[in-house]
Order: sequence, then structure tokens, then C-alpha cells
Amino acid sequence: MEKDMKKTIITVVGKDTVGIIAGVCTYLADNGINILDISQTIVQGYFNMMMIVDMAGCSRQFGDVSDELTELGEEIGVVIKCQKEEIFDKMHRI
Amino acid sequence: MINLYEVAETNRMIEEENLDVRTITMGISLLDCIDADLKRLNEKIYQKIYESAKDLVKTGEEISREFGIPIVNKRISVTPIALVGGAACRTAEDFAGLARTLDKVAHDIGVNFIGGYSALVSKGMTPADELLIRSIPLALSATERVCSSVNLGSTRTGINMDAVKLMGEIIKSTAEHTKENDSLGCAKLVVFCNAPDDNPFMAGAFHGVTEADKIINVGVSGPGVVKTALEQVRGESFETLCETIKKTAFKVTRVGQLVAQEASARLRVPFGIVDLSLAPTPAIGDSVADILCEIGLEYAGAPGTTAALALLNDQVKKGGVMASSYVGGLSGAFIPVSEDQGMINAVQAGALTLEKLEAMTCVCSVGLDMIAIPGDTKASSISGIIADEMAIGMVNQKTTAVRIIPVIGKGVGETVEFGGLLGYAPIMPVNSFSCEAFVNRGGRIPAPIHSFKN
Repeated sequence: MEKDMKKTIITVVGKDTVGIIAGVCTYLADNGINILDISQTIVQGYFNMMMIVDMAGCSRQFGDVSDELTELGEEIGVVIKCQKEEIFDKMHRI
Repeated sequence: MINLYEVAETNRMIEEENLDVRTITMGISLLDCIDADLKRLNEKIYQKIYESAKDLVKTGEEISREFGIPIVNKRISVTPIALVGGAACRTAEDFAGLARTLDKVAHDIGVNFIGGYSALVSKGMTPADELLIRSIPLALSATERVCSSVNLGSTRTGINMDAVKLMGEIIKSTAEHTKENDSLGCAKLVVFCNAPDDNPFMAGAFHGVTEADKIINVGVSGPGVVKTALEQVRGESFETLCETIKKTAFKVTRVGQLVAQEASARLRVPFGIVDLSLAPTPAIGDSVADILCEIGLEYAGAPGTTAALALLNDQVKKGGVMASSYVGGLSGAFIPVSEDQGMINAVQAGALTLEKLEAMTCVCSVGLDMIAIPGDTKASSISGIIADEMAIGMVNQKTTAVRIIPVIGKGVGETVEFGGLLGYAPIMPVNSFSCEAFVNRGGRIPAPIHSFKN
């Protein structure tokens, strides 16, 4: 099961405001992207969130999802990045 | 599972500390293009390169986007053209025509440099080798993206001093041919001792004859990441310093390994090597010299510089070698002057001289790199500088190189602007005493005693 997953890390950074998680989660749900894990902190008023999601159920192109999340971030006033998990795995795990 | 802090660390390296993959370089063998008919040779070269690498740029951009890591350059290296063109080329102009074909295909594919306008003459020159070398000024002034390299010596063969003498003249001539652009042609021309077959970095990349038909080599870059990591251990012992460099080099290299494997799988071209070099750029915070300062020097060039560079180079290799399944190319720290703001500052402050740079090349990869010298420097003096650097490589069984730019019409105290990744450089003084009688002897310097290992 694990092998079929397409794990992706979504990071959201910016000034805290109402509805950041709601906005991102709605977009993910609408596109069939399953959330596996969320961690979030607020440092000096700055919202910092990381989500691990599985894109196996999403029929869209990775690049399109990435672009739309960037646009969504601009609407909310935060920076949203979408990166495949391997870059973090490779760097931090032997 | 990956946690928030690890993700933040990786993204900080990318966004704030200039971590990037410097280049994905596809090596392509042109040996199967060899033809005695010049026109057909040109066509075959164009076709082979175009068909092999047409998806290189697109694939690089996709990988960059999916992992969120910048991949700055996509490049191509080919079999040394002296070998490929030997059967068809009768004149220097014939060879320069091949350079134009390489330039055109590089332009059509969208890669920024294509390397391999090269000759391997460490022991002797064939007529084709010599013809190619003599065509270099013409080729580099008539093309935009072609890079040229010549291997002049090796630990196994000694140094070909006839070729060293010739290259002094060729570098001067290339400078003259491109004097309208501050002698930019010389920035695309490098001479080597012990040139590696799988180097992904320009200007010295070529696809060695021992390589497969096609191969993917990757060069990473991360001086800024190392510098920032070292800021956290100021005043600590050498043990802590070295451990920190190793850990950081490991992380940087893992990114290169990932990108290399992805590119290899997507392009269906075997993965060759990751080059562990710390490659600086003129961007602020992307400097090898700044790392030396962080280690404890006021400027690069101060007493202690060679030792600091030696440990940096060694720790980068130790950290990187475990992070990649195949390591190759040049792998070490680059110390180009014009491409590194910290080096430029050191020259301008009077801390760094050509002689100190030469000493530094004994302990790091490559050699005298991107150094601007006065345009009226004699060809024999350039040959002398090359011979010194080749001797360092030959005796120490390492790669050394010279990429030096005699800027026509300019002298010490002036600066020269190359633009982009090539940066700008203050013109450095050259020892003005003559070595003409030495250079003019002719022949070759025999291989050193420790090369006889059989």
C-alpha cells in the first residue's frame, strides 16, 4: 500500500489569519488529495504549517496542483510550496 | 516520518542559502558519427546530439519544479572533437565549422553550454589535435555556447611542453579574437593536467572515450549552506568544524544524487556520477572564499588559507562520498576568482595574489580559474604559468587546470565584466620576469617516478 502512495510535502508560511487551514484543506479535498499528517506552529505571529499528503488519488498533473496552490496562497496572503517527499527523505534519512 | 523542522531546514537552504543543483550534464559519445565527409559529419553530429538531448531541458525543469530545487544549468558534453573530426577536417576552418554545428544544436535544444571542443594531447599531438587547437580562437569567437578544453599532461605521461607552448599562444590569440567582449573567449577555454572523463562542469566538460554512449552527470553547489552551518560553530575546535562541514556536504550531495537518479530514469540515460564540488557563483552568500573567512581568516589569501582550504576540500569529499553511489568529476572546492565575490574582495584588498592562488590549487580541485591578467602578458609567460600548474597536477596525481584571461587593452587595477555566472574580475599582476628560454626548449617533461606503479 505504502508503495502506491505519492507522498508530497505541502508547506504554508505567512502571517496568521482566519481560514488558512480551511482554504488549503478544501482545495485538497476537492482534488482528491488525502492528508496523512499535519504539523503546525505559530512563531512570532507567523503561521508555519507542514502537511504530508498522498496524491495517488489525484488525477491532475503535479505542476498544475503546485501552480494552483501557489495562486491560492497569494489569495490568502501566505506562501504555499508543494514538493515531492523524496528531497526531504534523501537529505535527512540515511 | 519527516518533521516540520527538517522540511524548514531544507527549504531554508534552498531559499536563503543558495542551495541548488548547478548542472545536469548529459555526456554524449560522437564516436559513431565519425565520417570522412565533412558535410555528413556535421549532419550526423547535429542529429545525434539533438535526438539524445532534446528532452534534457524540459526534464530538468520538471524535476526542479516537483522537488522545489533550482537546477541552474542543463548542459551537454561530447567526445573530444579532435577525435571525431580527424578524418574529415583538413583545415582549422573545417574544425570551426564543427564548433558552429555544436553551437547551433546547443541553441536549438536550449542548453547554455556544450563542452568537448577538445583535444587530449598529454603525450603528443596528432595532426588533427594540432589543427583543432589552432582552430580554437576562431571557433570560440564564432560561437556563443561552445566550450573548449585541452589536456596537456598527466601523472602517467608527463607534460607535453610543445602543447603547453602552443596553448600560451592560443590563449593570447583567443583573447585577441574576442577583444570586443573583454576577451570573453578565454573564459570558455581551459587547459588541464589529469583531466577527468566525466566532469559535468564547464568549461572543462567533455565526454571521455572510456564512457558509455550516453550518461548523466550532475554537479551540486552549496557554499552558502556550508558557510551558514559554520556560523553556528564559531570558535569551536577543528573537530567540530570538520564534522559540521561533513554533515552539510552529505545533505547537499544527497540532493544531487536524487536529481541525478531522477534525470537518469526520466531520460532513460544511465546515471554516471555526482560531482561533489563546492561551486561558487557571484551571488552574495554563494562564496567559497566566505567559507574560508568563516573558518577564521580575515580574507582568502591570508596566512593559513592553504590549510583551511585543504581541510574544507577533504571534509567536503568525506561527507559527500557516502551520500552518492558514484562520485567523480572534479569533486572538491572550486576557487575561481571572477565567479566568487569573496575572492574578488580578497584580490581588491590586496590579500590574494596569483602565487597564493597557485599554492591553493595544490590542495583543492581544479586550479587557476577565471583569473584576469593584463592583456600585454607575453604568451611565453602564460605558458610558464600553465607549466607550473600542470606540474602541480602531475606530481600530486590530481586534476589541475588553468583558465586565465589576458584582457586585451586592459591592465592591472582595471576590472573586467563577463556577466552572468562568469562574474567580474579585477586584473591581477603577473610576475614579469621571463621564462621564454624554458618554454622554447621543446619536447616533453617525463612522467614522475611515482607514476611507475606496475
